[in-house]
Amino acid sequence: MCLAVPCKVTELLPDQRARVELDGLKKDISLAFVGPVDVGSYVILHVGYAIGVLDPEEAEKTLALFEELDAQPPP
Amino acid sequence: MKHHAEYRDPEAAKRVLKRIHQSVDPSREYRFMEFCGGHTHAISRFGLHGLLPSNVRLIHGPGCPVCVLPIGRLDMAIALAMKPGVILCCYGDTLRVPGSEGNSLQKARAYGADVRMVYSASEVLTIAEQSPSADVVFFAIGFETTTPPTAHLLLETQRRGLNQVSVLCNHVLTPAAIRAILEDSEQGPRLDGLVGPAHVSVVIGSSPYTPLASDFQMPIVIAGFEPLDILQAILMLIHQVNEDRHAVENEYTRAVVPEGNQRALMAMREVFETRESFEWRGLGSIADSGLRIRSSFASWDAESRYDLAYQAVADHKACECAAILRGQKEPLDCKVFGTACTPETPLGACMVSSEGACAAHFTYGRNLRNFR
Amino acid sequence: MRRPIAGAITLAHGAGGRASHQLIQEIFLFHLGNPFLQQGDDGAVLDPLEPGSQGGRWVTATDAHVVTPLEFPGGDIGRLAVNGTINDLAMMGASPRYLTAAFILEEGLSLALLDRVVASMAAAAKAAGVPVVAGDTKVVERGKGDGIFITTSGFGLLPPGIQCGGCRAKPGDAVLVSGTLGDHAMALMAERNGLIFDPPLLSDTAALHGLVADILTPRPAAVHVLRDPTRGGVATVLNEIAQQSKVAIEIDESCLPMRPEVTAAAELLGLDPLYLANEGKVIVICEATDADSILLRMREHPLGQQSSRIGEVLATSRPYVEMKTRWGGRRLVDWLMGELLPRIC
Repeated sequence: MCLAVPCKVTELLPDQRARVELDGLKKDISLAFVGPVDVGSYVILHVGYAIGVLDPEEAEKTLALFEELDAQPPP
Repeated sequence: MKHHAEYRDPEAAKRVLKRIHQSVDPSREYRFMEFCGGHTHAISRFGLHGLLPSNVRLIHGPGCPVCVLPIGRLDMAIALAMKPGVILCCYGDTLRVPGSEGNSLQKARAYGADVRMVYSASEVLTIAEQSPSADVVFFAIGFETTTPPTAHLLLETQRRGLNQVSVLCNHVLTPAAIRAILEDSEQGPRLDGLVGPAHVSVVIGSSPYTPLASDFQMPIVIAGFEPLDILQAILMLIHQVNEDRHAVENEYTRAVVPEGNQRALMAMREVFETRESFEWRGLGSIADSGLRIRSSFASWDAESRYDLAYQAVADHKACECAAILRGQKEPLDCKVFGTACTPETPLGACMVSSEGACAAHFTYGRNLRNFR
Repeated sequence: MRRPIAGAITLAHGAGGRASHQLIQEIFLFHLGNPFLQQGDDGAVLDPLEPGSQGGRWVTATDAHVVTPLEFPGGDIGRLAVNGTINDLAMMGASPRYLTAAFILEEGLSLALLDRVVASMAAAAKAAGVPVVAGDTKVVERGKGDGIFITTSGFGLLPPGIQCGGCRAKPGDAVLVSGTLGDHAMALMAERNGLIFDPPLLSDTAALHGLVADILTPRPAAVHVLRDPTRGGVATVLNEIAQQSKVAIEIDESCLPMRPEVTAAAELLGLDPLYLANEGKVIVICEATDADSILLRMREHPLGQQSSRIGEVLATSRPYVEMKTRWGGRRLVDWLMGELLPRIC
């Protein structure tokens, strides 16, 4: 369920809305459930609403995990 | 695509897969259920089955809100659509689902009903404003990810005094459904771990899964939506099983926090309350698993406004969805799979939407030997 | 000085009298006019076959067009109609020569819109070098039509030595595509789904006969199948060919050319790009040894600059189409089930 995609906030709009961008595609969505966000931050978009904000530090940690797998000895 | 493409990196996938192959104990089987239909779809679409060790079995769970929507509830939506003066708004997923007697919302449209597909619940407000004399009904489905938008729709409707709008609420709850599955799994065949839903968890957080992990001694790993996330979560489950741990772990830390999205949860609590029980297609009645609109919003509750009786409709006799949704049987175990029951002519829940176990198998893998 | 075009189609326009005559003069002949149409007869007498076309055969094709919206970024129903039939002929390996067009117009249709559509058809026909030599118009009552329905028929000349068809794919053949997938479908879906493409995404509608001519020369025998992946997308076309030729087709996901913004839009709406319609792309199935040289020629043509080799044809006892995913996973590419609808799940 729950097709949702991370998108970059490019512009804040009135009425708790924002314009987001995904690889050149733009869409106007609702920020009702995430409160104030910074332009440049990433939100998770589902059916026209941001349902969460992506934490870039945690994202880096997750990606680093995938890198580490080569370095770690197998269990 | 940032925060997207990196989680599809083939080189990283090779590394995770290699580690998975190295970590499995060849003397045992690992049976993991991915609860979420979106995960089922991703696994099929990316062809992950054939890449995992043969002793890792992925069981497709019931986390597909279209699949588990009882026929009787869909019949209510179709009946509403056929009422003169009603504009029935729905998500694309529900348009072709067959109700009783082969009806569907799409067929209703062919018979003259005003059925409008929307991408977002907020479009319902626009439609209402453009057609002030129509009764605009929103056919709301979905798990906790899709519930906050419906809550927002009702709050806005109340704020703007749009009395012609109403909502037919079929929202369902993930933890209750997981509990029902895990209770069944105790009767066997046993599950060894659960891949937890990505975006439901963004809303509800990781903490609701803790009592489930401890009550059932079940490892649960919340996984992001991308293929690398899913593979990593499978690796984490394998480690837990090997180490005899039963914890809730979060692979999707970039989006999921223990307490979830408080704003969304508050809006949901304001508008909805839990139904004592709700019927799930294929699974039967599950306690505390559905939401209904609170009496304070009764004016916009389609179930109060319209005289709609719910009539349960049984599935086809040969349908094995009940067992398949619980992970006890597989699509190929069903006599009607691929013959009488296909995505074009679905007989049961698992075939009705592209994320259902049977639909996914039929569409993506029916000719592949390793496909499970 | 042309009279300003204003007002709407009325039932009188379909009655065959003065209003019909005026409509044909002021809009259709004004834009599409040529010696064939100017004759004003019921049919067009076509030019005799040229000397040197010995052994050439006439090919004919017909298409009905019912697109909504009538005008969309990058085109309109008129342009689609002209290019669509030209492409049907081109896919047979024929050189398009003549078109006919029949219009069903709904009462209430804006004459200014009709004028734009017909002007666009004329421009497309002129650019392709293919005249519309016969036509017809009818009017239906309000509510009985979708604005405009257009049916186009075409006649093309198939030179000797060219034999392209869906049943001709052979194991070992290469599968090529002439450019990015899904542009047309997404251009049409954009407004309806609140997608903003900046710069605007345009439909790829185009007449492909020039590109096809480049593909076929110098060795037509190397080209086994030509087909444009319109409604139902690449997946549908490949399944048709696999069935007709009784072969298996395997494609590689990492070789499919796609604009990033179209990929993003497909992700957002939950649509599989393999099923998205294209109106200016061609799938080529050819002998593997000729694939590289054909690709080179395609890339030199303005309509084929992002041509890519996407797969191969294999022998099989039961026809299927399969795709290798980005990391070597495999998935079936099935026929489209029902219609393509955006999902939330």
